[in-house]
Amino acid sequence: MTDLLQLTALEAHEAMVAGGLSAEEYTAAWRDAAAGDGLNAYLWQDGSSEEAGAIAVEDARLAPVAVKDIFCTEGVPTTAGSKILEGYRPPYTATAVRKLLEAGAPILGKTNMDEFAMGSSNENSAYGPVLNPWDRGRVPGGSSGGSAAVVAGGLAPWAIGTDTGGSIRQPAAFCGIVGLKPTYGAISRYGMIAFASSLDQCGPLTRTVSDAALLLGILQGQDPCDSTSVGIEGGISLPTQEDLSGLRFGVPAELRGDDYDSGVRAVFEQALRKIADLGGEIAEVSLPSSEHGISAYYVIAPAEASSNLARYDGVRYGMRAGGDGDLVEMYETTRSEGFGAEVKRRIMLGTYALSSGYYEAYYGQAQKVRTRIAEDFGGAFASVDFVVTPTAPSVAFELGEKTDDPLAMYLNDFFTVPMSLAGIPAISIPAGLAEPEGGGPRLPVGFQIAGPAFSEQKLLDAAHALERGIGFDARPGGADA
Amino acid sequence: MVPPIGATRREGPLGADDLESAAVIEREQVLHVARLARLRLSEEEVERMVGELSGILDHVDRIGNLDLEGVEPTSHVVALENVLRADEPRPSLPRDVALASAPEPRDGAFRAPSPQAD
Repeated sequence: MTDLLQLTALEAHEAMVAGGLSAEEYTAAWRDAAAGDGLNAYLWQDGSSEEAGAIAVEDARLAPVAVKDIFCTEGVPTTAGSKILEGYRPPYTATAVRKLLEAGAPILGKTNMDEFAMGSSNENSAYGPVLNPWDRGRVPGGSSGGSAAVVAGGLAPWAIGTDTGGSIRQPAAFCGIVGLKPTYGAISRYGMIAFASSLDQCGPLTRTVSDAALLLGILQGQDPCDSTSVGIEGGISLPTQEDLSGLRFGVPAELRGDDYDSGVRAVFEQALRKIADLGGEIAEVSLPSSEHGISAYYVIAPAEASSNLARYDGVRYGMRAGGDGDLVEMYETTRSEGFGAEVKRRIMLGTYALSSGYYEAYYGQAQKVRTRIAEDFGGAFASVDFVVTPTAPSVAFELGEKTDDPLAMYLNDFFTVPMSLAGIPAISIPAGLAEPEGGGPRLPVGFQIAGPAFSEQKLLDAAHALERGIGFDARPGGADA
Repeated sequence: MVPPIGATRREGPLGADDLESAAVIEREQVLHVARLARLRLSEEEVERMVGELSGILDHVDRIGNLDLEGVEPTSHVVALENVLRADEPRPSLPRDVALASAPEPRDGAFRAPSPQAD
């Protein structure tokens, strides 16, 4: 059984299609592995086919997928990590999940996450934090921390998550796996519980770049149910590229040594040398507005969230509290008891930024910064193929380390937010291990590669070549460690 | 209208001192915004929110000083407008399914408390 779990999702798919691997046996092996979750990574597992009902797969020919609990699944609990949706069973299935099912990928379970995808550590889940399989005293990153932890911890062959400002890439980096945020519009958002609608994007969390390409190929596409979805023209092919000759990689001139840990820097610089070894060229690019990314993001995302989360009012679905008073009292009691601290903080921030007298100073100004950031990338891509940075300023930090300092937590998104604001694709691949600043066993470091809008194929091809060149093969001690 | 924050709004480039400047949002504003957002905050939450939001806004305020005159705002990165579909009738969610998750369904509708207190 253990051998089956060593296969990449692509290898398993090819073996199932060729007939050498029984889909039932393979899926059952993963269900057994997932049942041993000691990381608090799953919120629901498909243990009984009866409960799965509408999301059952007849003809499995792909590896089973762990799905972030932000995707609506008909008849199956969907909480978005929030108490306000405890017990909620949606009446329909998200397009991304439907596409997986139609392609023949069973759903293994729903993964834990920061409440409504707001967080960088998974400590904002109403159902307790997910533990990092490399070190259970540390966070897996967030908000797709459950999806990253199950893949890294041997509890799922691959997973899907969502990324609004780094929520796929940063947990992928912290857990030593591959995470891709596609171009905004590549994958339908229908049935994906909204956080910040102009930024939210679904994407794969996988062991390898090839697995990410396979999953993206299934997920992408225009959807009549999401008017902002456009899909990727020509689809996605499996990457085969083995060198980087003729490709130019831009390192932002603004990247300063004190922006990130020295251990992260060492791994980052090592990866740059590997790019050169593979025939790629390293150049300097200028992204002067990116330093304002966090400020713009923490206006725009909370502003959109404050509007999106207005729907949780205790009337149509989800929990209700304080129903004995008048309507407003019921709204306020439900929301005050149903939302956690970070969600309240972001609703407050967003409501403030949109309130009369502040709209222009905050939201209007942030939208202009967003334009500048996108223009910076446009300028950079005129002279390079990709922009590269570390994915996160540090390796996985300790549980509780940043919970009392929201701003310190937000600054974790420093390297990932600019791409989200510009709507461009970016992938994080594991590039090596580094000691945490405070000392201790070495932990994974992610290397981020970003490309122009809809350049996913080229991005995956380059990431595949670099992945092979780096040859990262470290694994956490195991889910039972 | 939220009370102005003018007292702590600054001009000119930021220095290290600015990062430790006084609260940019005050208790009354927190209470006002909470009312707008339909959140009821405990006394402890109000206190914490004053400090935390001030710290965050202090950081965010850096963009307030940028000269972005004439820059077009970006509300959305995909250049799409008026995406239309054929206006063809199709089945909608059955009423019982739509009501299945309601906290208090009654008579085929969502029941909620009266907007007027008794």
